[in-house]
Amino acid sequence: MVAAILSVAFFVIVRSVAEQAAESTQDDILSASATAIADSLRSEGSNVMLDLPYSALSMLGTLSEDRVFYRVFTGDGTLTGYDDLPLPDRTPHRGQPAFATFDYRGDPVRAVSVVRPVGTGTSARDIIVTVAQTRLGLEQTSRTITTTAMGVGAGFFLVATGLSLWAASAALAPIERLTGAVARRGPHDLRPVTADTPAELMPLVNALNSFMARLRASLLRNEDFIAEAAHRVRTPLATVRAQAEITHRKLNKPEHRRAMREMIRAIDESARSAGQMLDHAMVKFRTDTLAGDTLDMRALIGEVCDRLGATADLKDIQIVRDLPDEPIPARGDGILLQAALQNLLDNAIKYSPEDSRIVVRVEQCFDLKVSIQDEGRGFGDADLTRLKTRYTRGTNVGDIVGSGLGLTIADEVTRAHGGRLEIVTNQTGVGACISLILPRI
Amino acid sequence: MYLAHTAQNLIAGLIAAALLATPVASYEIQERRIYPAQNETSVLRVISTADLDVFDPILAAFQADNPGVSVDYTVTETADLMQALYEEGASFDLAISSAMDLQTKLANDGFARTYTSPATEALPDWARWRDQIFAFTQEPAVVIVSDAFFEGQQPPDSRDALIALLRESPERFRGRIGTYDVRRSGFGYMMATQDSRNSESYWRLMEVMGRLDAQLYCCSGEMIRDVASGHLALAYNVLGSYAQSRLATTDGFRIVQFGDYVNVMLRTALIPQTAENIDDAQAMVDFLTRLGTRPDLVALSELPAIAPDSFQANTALRPIRFDPGLLVFLDQLKREAFLRNWEDSLLQD
Repeated sequence: MVAAILSVAFFVIVRSVAEQAAESTQDDILSASATAIADSLRSEGSNVMLDLPYSALSMLGTLSEDRVFYRVFTGDGTLTGYDDLPLPDRTPHRGQPAFATFDYRGDPVRAVSVVRPVGTGTSARDIIVTVAQTRLGLEQTSRTITTTAMGVGAGFFLVATGLSLWAASAALAPIERLTGAVARRGPHDLRPVTADTPAELMPLVNALNSFMARLRASLLRNEDFIAEAAHRVRTPLATVRAQAEITHRKLNKPEHRRAMREMIRAIDESARSAGQMLDHAMVKFRTDTLAGDTLDMRALIGEVCDRLGATADLKDIQIVRDLPDEPIPARGDGILLQAALQNLLDNAIKYSPEDSRIVVRVEQCFDLKVSIQDEGRGFGDADLTRLKTRYTRGTNVGDIVGSGLGLTIADEVTRAHGGRLEIVTNQTGVGACISLILPRI
Repeated sequence: MYLAHTAQNLIAGLIAAALLATPVASYEIQERRIYPAQNETSVLRVISTADLDVFDPILAAFQADNPGVSVDYTVTETADLMQALYEEGASFDLAISSAMDLQTKLANDGFARTYTSPATEALPDWARWRDQIFAFTQEPAVVIVSDAFFEGQQPPDSRDALIALLRESPERFRGRIGTYDVRRSGFGYMMATQDSRNSESYWRLMEVMGRLDAQLYCCSGEMIRDVASGHLALAYNVLGSYAQSRLATTDGFRIVQFGDYVNVMLRTALIPQTAENIDDAQAMVDFLTRLGTRPDLVALSELPAIAPDSFQANTALRPIRFDPGLLVFLDQLKREAFLRNWEDSLLQD
């Protein structure tokens, strides 16, 4: 807009200056021509003589191919030239050319008249010399300049517009880069922004980074708090459980023993929940900076099965390991993967009826798929995708206590490893199969 | 008569009379011929100063290209052409003349139409004016010398050398130099006035020639005849193209182009305001300005076509410039003054 106004202003100024320059050039040459003719006037006796100089008219042809008219007027009549060429309205003063513009023989002409006295004493007469020229060349010059000015103006406008667009996009590009850098981030990525930014944007980036640092600190504190709380709860719980165990053995009355067993079971659940909260906090923390260790999935699964073997035995549940004979290479964070598997297996044991089977199977096709299949009650008609979110449990958990964190932990770990968690529930209502699918290395 | 030079027999002041006085008599027609087309669709009326035998091949070729056009060709003298168009408002579709000054006057005073085409734009700048006057030939003014007179002797190669030679042996040259009577010939007048502009030596030359009782001629043809016969030793300001064509049939003379400068006259065409058949007139202008692309016609008509290269090859050649300066010597006072000077120099009894 500003560029357009400037261009128009430029164009108008150039045009008017050009017109003035062209006109004054024509006026100068006309004056020179008329003066040359006036200078060649002389008197012979009472006659006025004129030796018209060739250059007087020839010079008018140097700038353009304009038509030329002249008239030499003595006061009594026309000495020579075009006797219908109009004389100036008022006799010009000596030494001062008079200019006029009028139409003559079908074209607008610029005319100059000079006065020169010829003769001496009383016989001196003022002779008027008028030279006129059409303004074709003037118009042409002015048109050429106008066209040029128009071109230059348009060029100005285009260049200015282009430059401002370029400047705007150049100025906006870092912001777009920054936006992209921030938008591409995962939900837990709170590292400072390091995208290349111009100095003008540094305050914004700094503010953003400082905000993220505070957010990150706050989140960490949160997780720390949960972990700390869980830890602090679990330790006294273990003591309470031990005491309850001893008391249980000492009790004789069946109703007392039942009550105590209930208590021990509740304590177990609480300890489990605390453990899961700890796991979850750990998962949150470790996924931010995921380790890329090479590990053996087979050994890892074996370890988890061993650890939960005792719990399973309590309910007479058989854990069937359907594993290949050779090691299964995988890449990732061993502790996280272990926590994920442990939570899944723990869940399976929890929801399986007594004297049932849990099959842990590994399939290696395109992906590495670790499935845990139980004969439990499944998930009912719960929304399978929502199950993975925090503190969400199946619709048919009934009397079984749980935190709703187990699947969440497994899901977050799998996703951190670039994999996914697959939940398949048996349509007949018995048994579920949860698979941890990881990309193969 | 070739190039209508006899047509340029002008009585002194005739131009002035044609321009500034009210003529009683109508313009004079020397010759007129109609070239009818087989199936006539239009008629092109040309007024020209070029003789029929010169223009005949050109008109025939034009008609071959434009079979529907009948050509009505009128030959006049330069002053009559001027009178017809300028004074009497006669209607012609095309005016062809060797008088650059009069053509310029017609264009300057608004008697010509503007026309541009690829053919006219291809002309060099000096060969057109205002897109109204279009030159199609370039014809130098030369000196012709008698072979017999200059036998075993190098003829002069510049005006100064000629002056020196004349002063050296006045008796040899007395009564044996010829030039135009500029009072009677439009071409002679134009060449003389251009000479007077170009060089101070022109007036000295006139003085010397006047003292040696120079013979005055109306036309190039008679000068060539007298030089070839040995009656004249040399003739000054002869139309070169004419001399060149005469060289083929006449012995006894040579053409000399001076090294200081050679005025080159341009034969031009213009479309008058009174033209009615403008389309064919424009076609004829295109045809004439492309004369250089038709060597056959150049050979037949013996009209040298516009050739900008020739001016590079010989820098002494100077085409007479179209500009308002050409109007100066048409000014009555100027003409009177010039002729007075000329008579003072050349007619010394």
